[in-house]
Amino acid sequence: MKILEISKLLNAEICCGEDRVESEVCSACGSDMMSDVLAFVKDQAVLLTGLVNSQVIRTAEMMDMRCVVFVRNKKPSEEMLEIAKDSGIVVLTSPMRMYEACGTLYSNGLGIKGENESHE
Amino acid sequence: MSEPLVYTFAVDGDNFTSAGEASVKMKKNLRMLAISPDIIRRVAIAMYEGEINMVIHAGGGVATVSVYADKIEIVLKDNGPGIADVELAMREGFSTAPETIRNLGFGAGMGLPNMKKNTDSMSIESALGVGTTISMTVNL
Ligand SMILES: Nc1ncnc2c1ncn2[C@@H]1O[C@H](COP(=O)(O)OP(=O)(O)OP(=O)(O)O)[C@@H](O)[C@H]1O
Ligand SMILES: [Mg+2]
Repeated sequence: MKILEISKLLNAEICCGEDRVESEVCSACGSDMMSDVLAFVKDQAVLLTGLVNSQVIRTAEMMDMRCVVFVRNKKPSEEMLEIAKDSGIVVLTSPMRMYEACGTLYSNGLGIKGENESHE
Repeated sequence: MSEPLVYTFAVDGDNFTSAGEASVKMKKNLRMLAISPDIIRRVAIAMYEGEINMVIHAGGGVATVSVYADKIEIVLKDNGPGIADVELAMREGFSTAPETIRNLGFGAGMGLPNMKKNTDSMSIESALGVGTTISMTVNL
């Protein structure tokens, strides 16, 4: 799925990375605990979260993620957007709640399996 | 390349917002050295977890990364309170982080085990009231 399509499905505003919205991603995850993202996530390219701080963007960067979606209309700070631009990460903000945002993407075909994981 | 390439970073313990800057910079350095993305990710995750720990548990410290021909070594040194029981601290889910840290998205007690998982070797030297030094290596 293209990041642009994600933004449309989630009614999201693109906060930075407009030039990368045509890139394809094939899996996502949702969490407010960066500890868990760092420890359990594998090859998911999109992170949906209700937590807003610089560590969210850095965690995504460490995990080689391509897109961060803030739910419930949370707005990232300028500083966070600078870090995201520097790392080539697209940042979106959506009015949807976490459950609805994840469900919407999932039911439209964005799964949980990363690029390098086998599909059972 | 017999002499390692050495990168040193001061990690500011008073600023949660800047925590992780060293790991982001190191990740860029490793990309320029054309090291495989898989190795880079493992080094970055282990270093980032350690860097966050230094900020939230130890008031900052120094991170040193040495790139050898056959391995990458990460040493994280702080003068914080030390770890009373290293074996306990290494267990998944053990955390002394307060609610305030959990509200920032950390404090699940997953960091140290994750550092071990992402590296080929890891050792912790810690003394109460003196500080903690964590050394990790990732083979190339
Ligand atoms: N550098 C350090 N100095 C002092 N204590 C530390 C240090 N690093 C870890 N600890 C102690 O070990 C515990 C476990 O660390 P670990 O990184 O596994 O979990 P955490 O930091 O509490 O949570 P998470 O890493 O999941 O965000 C910490 O809660 C803390 O008590
Ligand atoms: Mg930790």
